[in-house]
Amino acid sequence: MKPSVADPEHHIDPTDFAQAAINKSLTPETKIRLLRDMIRIRRFEETAGKHYNAGKMGGFLHRYDGQESIAVGCASLMGAHDHMITAYRNHGHALSVGMSMEECMAELFGRATGCSKGKGGSMHFFAPDKNYWGGHGIVGGQSPLGAGLAYYVKYKGLKGSCMCFMGDGAVNQGAYHESLNLAGLFDLPVIYVIENNGYSMGTSQARSSVYKNCLAYRADGYDIVWDLINGWDLYEVRAKMQIAVQRAHEESRPTVVEINTYRHYGHSVADSKAKVYRPEDEIERFKQQNDPIQLWRNRLMEEGVITEAIYHELDKAAKAEAVASVDFAEASAYPEFEDITKDVYFEVDEFTEAGRTGRHFFND
Amino acid sequence: MPVITYREAIRHALDEELARDENVVILGEEVAQYDGAYKVTQGLWKKWGDKRVVDTPISEAGFIGMGIGASMLGVRPVMELMFWSFAYVAWDQMINNAATIRYMSGGKINCPIVIRGPANGGTNVGATHSHTPENFIANTPGLKVVCPATPYDAKGLMKAAIRDNDPVYVMENTVLYGETGEVPDEEYVIPIGVADVKREGSDISLIAHGRAVITCLKAAEILAEEHGIDCEVVDLRSIRPLDEETIIESVRKTNRALCVEENKPFCGVGAQIASLIQDRCFDDLDGPVGRISAVDAPAIYSPPLEKLQLPYPEQVVQKVLAMV
Repeated sequence: MKPSVADPEHHIDPTDFAQAAINKSLTPETKIRLLRDMIRIRRFEETAGKHYNAGKMGGFLHRYDGQESIAVGCASLMGAHDHMITAYRNHGHALSVGMSMEECMAELFGRATGCSKGKGGSMHFFAPDKNYWGGHGIVGGQSPLGAGLAYYVKYKGLKGSCMCFMGDGAVNQGAYHESLNLAGLFDLPVIYVIENNGYSMGTSQARSSVYKNCLAYRADGYDIVWDLINGWDLYEVRAKMQIAVQRAHEESRPTVVEINTYRHYGHSVADSKAKVYRPEDEIERFKQQNDPIQLWRNRLMEEGVITEAIYHELDKAAKAEAVASVDFAEASAYPEFEDITKDVYFEVDEFTEAGRTGRHFFND
Repeated sequence: MPVITYREAIRHALDEELARDENVVILGEEVAQYDGAYKVTQGLWKKWGDKRVVDTPISEAGFIGMGIGASMLGVRPVMELMFWSFAYVAWDQMINNAATIRYMSGGKINCPIVIRGPANGGTNVGATHSHTPENFIANTPGLKVVCPATPYDAKGLMKAAIRDNDPVYVMENTVLYGETGEVPDEEYVIPIGVADVKREGSDISLIAHGRAVITCLKAAEILAEEHGIDCEVVDLRSIRPLDEETIIESVRKTNRALCVEENKPFCGVGAQIASLIQDRCFDDLDGPVGRISAVDAPAIYSPPLEKLQLPYPEQVVQKVLAMV
């Protein structure tokens, strides 16, 4: 058994993904931008966490710290007709596709200037103008939507794809399996990306899933090509994801990839210590040895692309941007009471003929 | 005017919309090569081919969700549920995704999808195949729900549903598929949210939707011929949006109201209408608002008993006689 993505025809050296064509073509500027994007996510999440703990926002907060290389690496491959959709741990993806810290932070603060006007919250960020379709709260519920976005790409005859992200906890949802069947059956250019951080909420992989080889291997049963990716290596993420993107573009065929990763914090703020179900030395080991940002920084220093000073500049700028985004959020107004019933029906909001017949809302 | 069946009327609507808009796609179980489990889509695959009329596997959560995702980018899927009872396996997609995506994105994303199929009891197929979820759907802001009673309405409302930019869930009825009615050849669209007075009368308003409208019309005939009671029959046509003004106008004229539905009584559509009438027509009423719903239990299989579980004309007649 070996993963079928990295087959020899793709000419990828599994010992050095930096040599893959998609990575060799990276300019130093782009490599630095990738680093910057990862740092921005980290600083955004840290800042959000701080203000969450200070009682500035409601609901949940599922932090992405530790997994940044996945969203950033994948987003860096997106072209005009490549789309992205994910679950509720979605801040990293949102920032990766180019959403601003301000609109994201304001959403967390429940303000009208938030990306969803304060109507979605932490789990529901959207930017269709950037091919970013959320931000979905129900585990696995986004997987048929991802198939649908890919359905559009195929229906219109476009060269594109939909990267549909999920956690390792989603692979046992029926909707995901139904989506795999449809994707295989209808030749949909969808890429299911399992961000495997080892824990579905507080339940370890061993305690939640039974599987042969790895979670992605289940795709084999649907005759869908799959692969395992070491998520701590940005070069590997990009090299292997690019093959999946190419398959979507050239063959209109789906792929399932499982990207190993680790979240530095809990499933959400509710278990931010997360030490009940994860040994402390495990958390420390991953933070010390498998932090994708530190690994990429080291790599770029080895390559002579950056210096320590450049790294600190990037970090300082990201921190300042995050702080400014909080200032922006706090200075922004909450939505008005009347806004509660806006954005429910298109036809009503747009005052179309269809929106004017009959009663749509039933309060006094 | 040509007389066609309810089934044909829906088919004509689908066919015309396929011709009008290249983004319209029919998807569902057995809709293409099999010609539709209830033959609503008969001939459409042959005419329009694989791209526009698509058979799906038995996988409602998957294909309904796929349709919702495709609609977010601009495909206009018309999804057939072989039975609305099967919607429950796709409930997360239909309620959590279709109904909320516009709201949670702050209005950035639309979901112009139609989900249609029969939602009725009365065919002896047992409880799992006899659900009437219009009240559940109407309870969900972001969704629209339409329940046509006649071929004319079925066609006009289906066309409006397909052109609507919000999710519209159309509940048809297998008992009505073979019923006939006049449907003009010329193009027409019936706006969603406009009720129709199917029979004018002065003594009592019978307010209904779906097949219960037909039941009420039969009861009204009996009441007129045998008891000299003149019933007005208001067909809601859509539950959400709801044409409240037509209901109110009718009750102000007749001063009595009876809500009739094949739905279950608790939090049923009639409960909402009764609440509306007491709120807006309290001083016009000569008596309490009456309700007839399905007998409050899962749909029974036994054929003679199921007939009695759903509203039937004589039951409406007796109830009206007790009210006026």
